[in-house]
Amino acid sequence: MIDLSTTYLGLNLNSPLVPSASPLSQEVATIRRLEDAGASAVVLYSLFEEQLRQETYELDHHLSAGTESFAEATSFLPEPHEFHLGPEGYLNHIRQAKDAVDIPVIASLNGTTVGGWIDYAKQIQQAGADALECNIYRIVTDPAVTSAHVEQQYLDIVSAVKSAVTIPVAVKISPFFSNLANMAQRLDRAGADGLVLFNRFYQPDIDLSELEVTPNVLLSTAQAMRLPLTWIGILYGRLGASLAATGGVHEAEDVIKLLMVGANVTMLCSTLLRNGISHLRFLERGVREWMDSHEYDSVRQMQGSMSQRKCPDPSAFERAQYMRAVKSIQHVTVTGRESWRLMNNGS
Amino acid sequence: MKRKFKTMDANEAVANVAYRVNEVIAIYPITPSSNMGEWADQWASEGIPNVWGSVPHVIEMQSEGGAAGAVHGALQTGSLATTFTASQGLLLMIPNMNKIAGELTPTAFHVSARTIATHALSIFGDHSDVMQCRTTGWAMLCSNSVQEAMDMALIAHSSALESRIPFLHFFDGFRTSHEVNKIEMLNEDDMRAMINMDRVIEHRRRALSPDHPVLRGTAQNPDVFFQIRETSTPFYSACPKKVQAAMDRLAAIVGRSYHLFDYTGTPDADRVIVIMGSGAEAVHETVDYLNARGEKVGLLKIRLFRPFSVEHLVAALPATVRSIAVLDRTKEAGSAADPLYLDIVNGLHEGLRLGLGSLKTMPLVVGGRYGLSSKEFTPAMVKAVYDNLAVAAPRNHFTVGIQDDVSHTSLTCDPTFSTESDDVVRALFYGLGADGTVGANKNSIKIIGENTDNYAQGYFVYDSKKSGAVTVSHLRFGPRPIRSTYLVSKANFIACHQWIFLDRYDMLSSLVTGGTFLLNSPFSKEEVWEKLPRVVQDQLIAKKAKFYVIDGYSVARDTGMGSRMNTILQVCFFAISKVLPGNEAIEAIRKSIRDTYGRKGEDIVQKNMKAVDETLAHLFEVEVPKSASSTIEMPPPFPAEAPEFERNVLGVIYGNRGDELPVSAFPVDGTFPTGTAQWEKRNLALEIPEWDTKTCIQCGKCAMVCPHSVIRIKVYEGQLLADAPSTFKSTDARDKEWTGMKYTIQVAPEDCTGCGICVDICPAKNKTETRLKAINMVPQPPLRVPERENWNFFLKIPELDRRNIKVTTIRQQQVQEPLFEFSGACSGCGETPYLKLLSQLFGDRSVIANATGCSSIYGGNLPTTPWSKNADGRGPAWSNSLFEDNAEFGLGFRLSIDKQTEYARELLQKLGGAVGEELASAILAASQKDEADIFEQRLRIAELKKRLEKLDSPEARQLLAVADMLVRKSVWIVGGDGWAYDIGYGGLDHVLASGRNVNLLVLDTEVYSNTGGQSSKSTPRAAVAKFAAGGKPAPKKDLGLMAMSYGNVYVASVAMGAKDEHTLKAFLEAEAYPGPSLIIAYSHCIAHGINMTTGMSDQKAAVESGQWLLYRYHPERAEAGENPLTLDSRTPTKKVQDFLLMETRFKMLTKSKPEDAKKLWAQAQHDAEVRYRFYEYLSKRQFESKAAD
Repeated sequence: MIDLSTTYLGLNLNSPLVPSASPLSQEVATIRRLEDAGASAVVLYSLFEEQLRQETYELDHHLSAGTESFAEATSFLPEPHEFHLGPEGYLNHIRQAKDAVDIPVIASLNGTTVGGWIDYAKQIQQAGADALECNIYRIVTDPAVTSAHVEQQYLDIVSAVKSAVTIPVAVKISPFFSNLANMAQRLDRAGADGLVLFNRFYQPDIDLSELEVTPNVLLSTAQAMRLPLTWIGILYGRLGASLAATGGVHEAEDVIKLLMVGANVTMLCSTLLRNGISHLRFLERGVREWMDSHEYDSVRQMQGSMSQRKCPDPSAFERAQYMRAVKSIQHVTVTGRESWRLMNNGS
Repeated sequence: MKRKFKTMDANEAVANVAYRVNEVIAIYPITPSSNMGEWADQWASEGIPNVWGSVPHVIEMQSEGGAAGAVHGALQTGSLATTFTASQGLLLMIPNMNKIAGELTPTAFHVSARTIATHALSIFGDHSDVMQCRTTGWAMLCSNSVQEAMDMALIAHSSALESRIPFLHFFDGFRTSHEVNKIEMLNEDDMRAMINMDRVIEHRRRALSPDHPVLRGTAQNPDVFFQIRETSTPFYSACPKKVQAAMDRLAAIVGRSYHLFDYTGTPDADRVIVIMGSGAEAVHETVDYLNARGEKVGLLKIRLFRPFSVEHLVAALPATVRSIAVLDRTKEAGSAADPLYLDIVNGLHEGLRLGLGSLKTMPLVVGGRYGLSSKEFTPAMVKAVYDNLAVAAPRNHFTVGIQDDVSHTSLTCDPTFSTESDDVVRALFYGLGADGTVGANKNSIKIIGENTDNYAQGYFVYDSKKSGAVTVSHLRFGPRPIRSTYLVSKANFIACHQWIFLDRYDMLSSLVTGGTFLLNSPFSKEEVWEKLPRVVQDQLIAKKAKFYVIDGYSVARDTGMGSRMNTILQVCFFAISKVLPGNEAIEAIRKSIRDTYGRKGEDIVQKNMKAVDETLAHLFEVEVPKSASSTIEMPPPFPAEAPEFERNVLGVIYGNRGDELPVSAFPVDGTFPTGTAQWEKRNLALEIPEWDTKTCIQCGKCAMVCPHSVIRIKVYEGQLLADAPSTFKSTDARDKEWTGMKYTIQVAPEDCTGCGICVDICPAKNKTETRLKAINMVPQPPLRVPERENWNFFLKIPELDRRNIKVTTIRQQQVQEPLFEFSGACSGCGETPYLKLLSQLFGDRSVIANATGCSSIYGGNLPTTPWSKNADGRGPAWSNSLFEDNAEFGLGFRLSIDKQTEYARELLQKLGGAVGEELASAILAASQKDEADIFEQRLRIAELKKRLEKLDSPEARQLLAVADMLVRKSVWIVGGDGWAYDIGYGGLDHVLASGRNVNLLVLDTEVYSNTGGQSSKSTPRAAVAKFAAGGKPAPKKDLGLMAMSYGNVYVASVAMGAKDEHTLKAFLEAEAYPGPSLIIAYSHCIAHGINMTTGMSDQKAAVESGQWLLYRYHPERAEAGENPLTLDSRTPTKKVQDFLLMETRFKMLTKSKPEDAKKLWAQAQHDAEVRYRFYEYLSKRQFESKAAD
């Protein structure tokens, strides 16, 4: 019997297949279907402090706009006695999800103020979440803000949240740090129980017919998996924190590769949105079949086996590898037009 | 249970009682009573029980007639039921009221008395509505103040049960219904003590029930009807004493004592005023003042007007009375006298004859009229009435409060007479609707009323504009209950919250010597003096005023308050006025902020708290110099080039001095000129659009969507530019048919409201900087003068010949001159672009019937109208009849026009030889299908008239009178969804069924916009609206589908923001179709809780999600054997949720009732999908024409 179980954030999971924060977790019924399809835990969609604040401002603005201006209509909308403007909806969702499934429920939080991070983290814990993923999603554009300052903010958030809650805390970060290994280590020391690699920023597109910048949510491609694969491979064994791979995990082979470089879990989003929840079963079966055919007994056996520390060629994870890759690109001229063609290794 | 003191208006006070002592409440919105229904609906949605622990059922009906019917039914089956209404609404209840009274059914209706529409509609208060109920058999109980309104509401319900007579409890619309005052609240124990449960049980026993069946509502014949009608007499005879008993019971419970007729004044008064309603409070105040100065005057307040108790009337009057003035707040034209006067004369006569009371001889009784439509009624006017009684031959049938220089009925008043006491703080605040001034003042009243022993009163005056509305708050605080039911005219504190008012209103004329003036100024304390108009400087000096400034604009901006300056200026008021000690006031404001905004989240609370902290640091006293230095003069309200009537009458009204105009200034039948909004230069916009000639693709969309018709397009010959101002913009016309001509888009800088909807819709982007479009918002002040010059030049450029405009494409059609311009609608209004389009296409030949609602207010509220006329003097003729009858009113236009046209044709056929056979034949044969045809016909008619004038025959004279009817007329019936879907639906349906050539335009905002956002049957499922606070559970009524069922009605559903060419096509097809046409036009609205700048984008999203469908149903296609329905919407590309998230009316449900929102949103998605599939099926089905049969 192949053992797919793994440990993530101190939680014992039946398999490394964990749906990441996505619209799939918005309905409790869907979370139940995820569990039924083999999800070993679920990360809920994120609670955004900024969004709550924005909605509050919007509501206040629209409820007061145009009021007390005209004798016949001193207001336009009824004002209920009570509004649910805080995170109550999200907290209820945690409670309902916990009631509905047996797998661990990991909440996700994106705060904008230290107070917000702390308050919401506490409430999330009280609502019964098994763990908290801090989705630190910031695009810093002010040239006056130094990298050191930004990094310190990350660490402050992690310290603050850790001091506020007792449930495990994972930190989802982007890869855009000058020295990710150093940052990962500092997050680890700040108390992060796990690192989720990596957050993908939604990058805008241009609508050429309307000449508008459009927010464009793209599902990940298989290539996206390379980045977490690289960094999990490098970080494995150097941190106390668990490592979760997210982004580009589409096929069973992707899961296996990421486990081999050291991921505790692989997080799934685009592939489930694209192929449906039942794809979880397909992935699990694929992992089992591969392990069976390659005579692996357990996930734990393969975890980290291809990490930088344990792989036959550790330098393959480092910068030199990039130089080698560049050499494999040939400058070619085809029918008078210049283009770059990526050649296969050895060609 | 201890009673609390609270500050509230009478609508809330009355609703508090009515809600708690009833079980079924049927409501319908009408100003100024709507708030009572809104409170009831809100409390029911919050699950608040009545005094018996059960939550009343509250239901909105389709009209007041419907509400009365539902209440009648509820009463007949044993429930305690009530409703609230006013004015026309009350008239619609009269048939049921007669039934309810005839059946001796106990209930009380609560009426905020309002003017009945006669020569004009008025939303304000008088007794013309309740006086029309005198014959219904209802008891009529009147309240004079907010406290009394609460007390009398309970007395009415109690007395109704005791007497079995239904009660009409009324109080003055606006003056009482909307006056905020400090009152002692009746608690539930009080209410239970006043409602005799034995009587309730008896009421239930009389109910219709199959368990003890009876027959009620029979038809009766001459043999017995009369006798049976008389059986009720004992109940009416017994009623007054039962009412007095109820009053006494209340007095025993709460200590406030009332009588059927309450006398106030010296016991030996020789002159007495008899009055009912809020005016009695002003009289009471004056009586106290005059008697304290040695006069002997008295006041008789009538509480119970019906059943009229002669016994109690005469018993209440002192024996010393020699003369009485009875004041009526209504005009009964043609009557021997006004109604209250007649009753008092008769009562005194009968009382004396029967030897009742202490009067020995009949006093001299005169009657007078005051206060129609909330006209001010002041102590000066009261004194004039007493002075009239003092003369040897007092004037009878007088008026007071106006200058009647036509019939010479008016009494002369001394404007300097005042009874205001020095220990009462009197404050005036001038604000803009958008800045939160009124809200802040209501809050201040609450703070003072509920934190001190002081009494407090607030009354708020709004102008008639929906954009840039000016509000004036009148506040009083003092140690005694405040009876001053009139505006503050001698203020010791005046605040101007907007700089732009300085050269529009003479605010300081009301300031007392030594008073305080607070100015919200963008200029520093050092700069501000030099920026003031001369009249302001002069008055500050002359009145030795204290002068304070605050840059509230900056504080609001820096603290995230935006344009809301409520908290900031409230802090200033408390800081300067010292009504409360410094720290105490600030702490009270902080507590109030937490109470008011706490439910909206801590962020909102903190934003306001920050504003409090910042304000005091920016408030400065300015030393007033000894002499004035300003050369800035206040401009006249209307410019010199305006016609005389516009300048001397409409301009005076616009300048806030309408009260000064005499009777002779006005037309006798409510007829006013059109084209008058052009004289109001309101300069509301901080930013206006600027045209970029190089980027512009000349599509015309900016002009099309402009809600205020301030973006105009002209195409003209280049030589006309010879005298153009240097900054006037022009470019080559791009349209091939206009090759060689010039093209200009011009903005009316002083009429623009700055909504920005034009920029949102503009599809052309600047190629080097894509944030810029072909039209961009830029600051108005630097452009005001040059663009004013450009605008004036633009107006002089001749309009393009309408025959040369291809109306089927927007880029050409938008060159047509709008005959609807500069309305006072909300900035960014979604309705007005449709009306402007109508006016461009057909305005020169249209007659418009306009249902009461937003469009009748921005279309026809004095002083001006946006409906205008072209250079030939032609334009839309417009009228508003009522809310409920608009379709029928418009059908009447059609019938009338068709009859006169037919008669003209008959006459022309008879006169053919006399006027010339060729001309007559050409006129009779003219098809008038397009502009060219109509142009030719107009030429023919002009020639016909010339020839007719030379003929001396009765037929020729008659034909001359109707000759214009030989040019095709376009009848438009316009109104909102409240009219079309609800109150006017029966008429609309009948008009559609008539087959006549009328065009019905429904400006569908999916809510009662004008009365403040109540749900209609057009309101979509899941939308939050008043009367649907928990989200509307039912889907939107499909009016278009109902109309299509006739088969011969042209029906179009349009949304300009989604597909403007489709809207244009629908208007053209509808007008061309010779039968009834119905256009249902999606109109975004401020009541949706949206960003009005992007309202057209909301329309687009509504269509893209399937929430709104675009279609046209053309009966002529059916006649040609084609499917008459064209579905012009594509398959939805968005989820309904994507649209719902754009609008607060939907989104707020996710914040108030998240679980309900989830269900309703899912149902809304289902509705849209089902509707689309159904219409798709209808539009694709095999259609079998009659011809095929």
